[in-house]
Amino acid sequence: MSDDYRPMWAGLGLDLEKHDRLLALLNEVYPPIYLEQADRPEGMGYFDFVISEIHGLRVKELLDHKAKGARVFGTFCLYVPDEIITALGGISVGLCAGTDFSEADAEVDLPRNLCPLIKSFYGFKKGRICPYFEATDLVVGETTCDGKTKAYEHLGGMHPVYVIEVPHRKNDDTRKLWRTELDKFIVAAQKLTGNRLTYEKLKENVRLHNVKRRALQRLNALRWKDPTPISGKDALLVNQIAFYDDPVRFTASVEKLLEECERRVEKGVGVFPKNAVRLMTSGTPFAIPNWKLHHVIETGGWPVVAEESCVGSRYFSVTVDESPGDLGGLLDAVARRFFDIHCACFTPNAERMDDIVDLYKKSGARGVINYTLSFCTPYLVEARHVENRLKKEGIPVLSLDSDYGMGDFGQLQTRIGAFVESL
Amino acid sequence: MDFYAGIDVGSTTTKAVVVDGGGNPVGRALAPTGVSGAETAATVLDRALEEAGAERDDLRSVVATGYGRNLVPFADSRVTEITCHARGAFACIGGAFTLIDIGGQDTKAISVTGSGKVERFLMNDRCAAGTGRFLEVMARALETDLAHLAALAIEAERGVKISSMCTVFAESEVVSLLARGTPRGEIARGLHRGVAERVGGMAKKVGLRGEVHLSGGVALNPALATSLGEFLGRGVAVIPEPQMNGAYGAALLALSGS
Repeated sequence: MSDDYRPMWAGLGLDLEKHDRLLALLNEVYPPIYLEQADRPEGMGYFDFVISEIHGLRVKELLDHKAKGARVFGTFCLYVPDEIITALGGISVGLCAGTDFSEADAEVDLPRNLCPLIKSFYGFKKGRICPYFEATDLVVGETTCDGKTKAYEHLGGMHPVYVIEVPHRKNDDTRKLWRTELDKFIVAAQKLTGNRLTYEKLKENVRLHNVKRRALQRLNALRWKDPTPISGKDALLVNQIAFYDDPVRFTASVEKLLEECERRVEKGVGVFPKNAVRLMTSGTPFAIPNWKLHHVIETGGWPVVAEESCVGSRYFSVTVDESPGDLGGLLDAVARRFFDIHCACFTPNAERMDDIVDLYKKSGARGVINYTLSFCTPYLVEARHVENRLKKEGIPVLSLDSDYGMGDFGQLQTRIGAFVESL
Repeated sequence: MDFYAGIDVGSTTTKAVVVDGGGNPVGRALAPTGVSGAETAATVLDRALEEAGAERDDLRSVVATGYGRNLVPFADSRVTEITCHARGAFACIGGAFTLIDIGGQDTKAISVTGSGKVERFLMNDRCAAGTGRFLEVMARALETDLAHLAALAIEAERGVKISSMCTVFAESEVVSLLARGTPRGEIARGLHRGVAERVGGMAKKVGLRGEVHLSGGVALNPALATSLGEFLGRGVAVIPEPQMNGAYGAALLALSGS
């Protein structure tokens, strides 16, 4: 990244020395994990460019928008409704939380035995390492899990934070609660942006995000073809960048990529040999730059063809009904999407097991790697349900939990290798 | 004559087994892995070949396994130690069984079906609890060696409860028990009980199936099979030549795969 950005980073108050080290680390790991893959689609060029400018161009865009009066909202969960933020003229940016680089900073305030994703984002703020974080006017948190909920309390001492209450059960009372939570968020977001939410604006933005989700659905469905036209690592990167890139430009780039992948499928061209053992994952999100699991699996020669994950199917498989003719009806539709996405924060959560089985059947995977971030209680405890259900269906499953450190790379290779050998 | 070899590059020891066309082990050798897994693997293989009265050119196929399997440049293929241990043990046992493999830095519990297929397995996390390394460190804390540690445990009438299975914490616990005058045998017995609870717990979680067998270098320690048997409430058998089991399984896979 060009040195021209240094004044911008300094202006955001970043710890430049730490930030330099983070970028150096990223420049070191990205080429061997990504650029050295064989036969990548040309359309990945755009996404490589986005990564090469990870803390540059997009941050500059955000600051330019801010200079024109727009407000930037930082989020950590797909339950925070992007369509409401953008309908109010705001910009929604999913903040990164996928490296242990910021762990030491986080552990000044937080316990060691905590989810690595929480430690990662908290440390980014505490250590003044992430320009996106510093560019946000408001971080919108949510009560999906205890670790995040309590960490937002501490985060609130360092940065403006708004927490949406996410219910954990599905019934009439919680549907009302969630709808009320959206109304309260709209009031806060209107105050911050100075704009009023209108039916026309919301409808336009529901459509904007639906178009993006549908493009991702189509791209990810192409991965199910054998041979798969795009590596799991590349698809993962696209699914990660979806969280923070400009939605219009992003969707256009995905559409270009998926047209190329469609042509590859027609010609039978793939990035792994036909009949290679294909795997899918289920479980917790893969925040940038957490590419470890996919890298372990694909280094073994086995393509990852689907992720039942927040960075994966949970992000794009549910769209918002665009048909309601008034603002209240459209907001009801936005609220309904939440209950159709099956995070382990819900109890009971049997629908998630159906989702995994369904994705397994559609994707042509031979087995499921049920992956959980260390110390993520909801997903770790729910893993037993996943195992039991998949066993009942005769679907091979391997449960793993891991953090962002590379110390278990060899062990993961052995576990996944033995799993594939047993298929 | 045709020969097949398996090389198991473990974290502590490298093992090689050469089998003939009938799958009979005809050569075996082992050495500390040291700093260069590749060199050790070559040396150990040549020694195993020498015992078999064979040469490199007689080898039809070589399978590498273990922690350092990717470090063996002359291997024809690489298979994880989980599959190799199951294969080696299946050749000895025949039916369905549960295998507990305790190596220098890894512990695995493997459930094997009647047809020799690995159905489920568990492996320890980034933690030395319940591994050979744990017992090595404890032996040092008790100022003895591994063989004597086992003897002490067997002779002791009872064991003290060791509350921590973290290698670092358990070591300081042992030191303070010694300072309080606890007999070394009782400590040794307690340590074996701790390892048995840890690895036995893994075996229970994987689901006990058929007889329980023990493989890996740590299975050479007779006190451990006893402690495991007590914990699981059933007999625990030790695979013949438990330390060579992974390499033997790898050699059999070299034979069946080529």
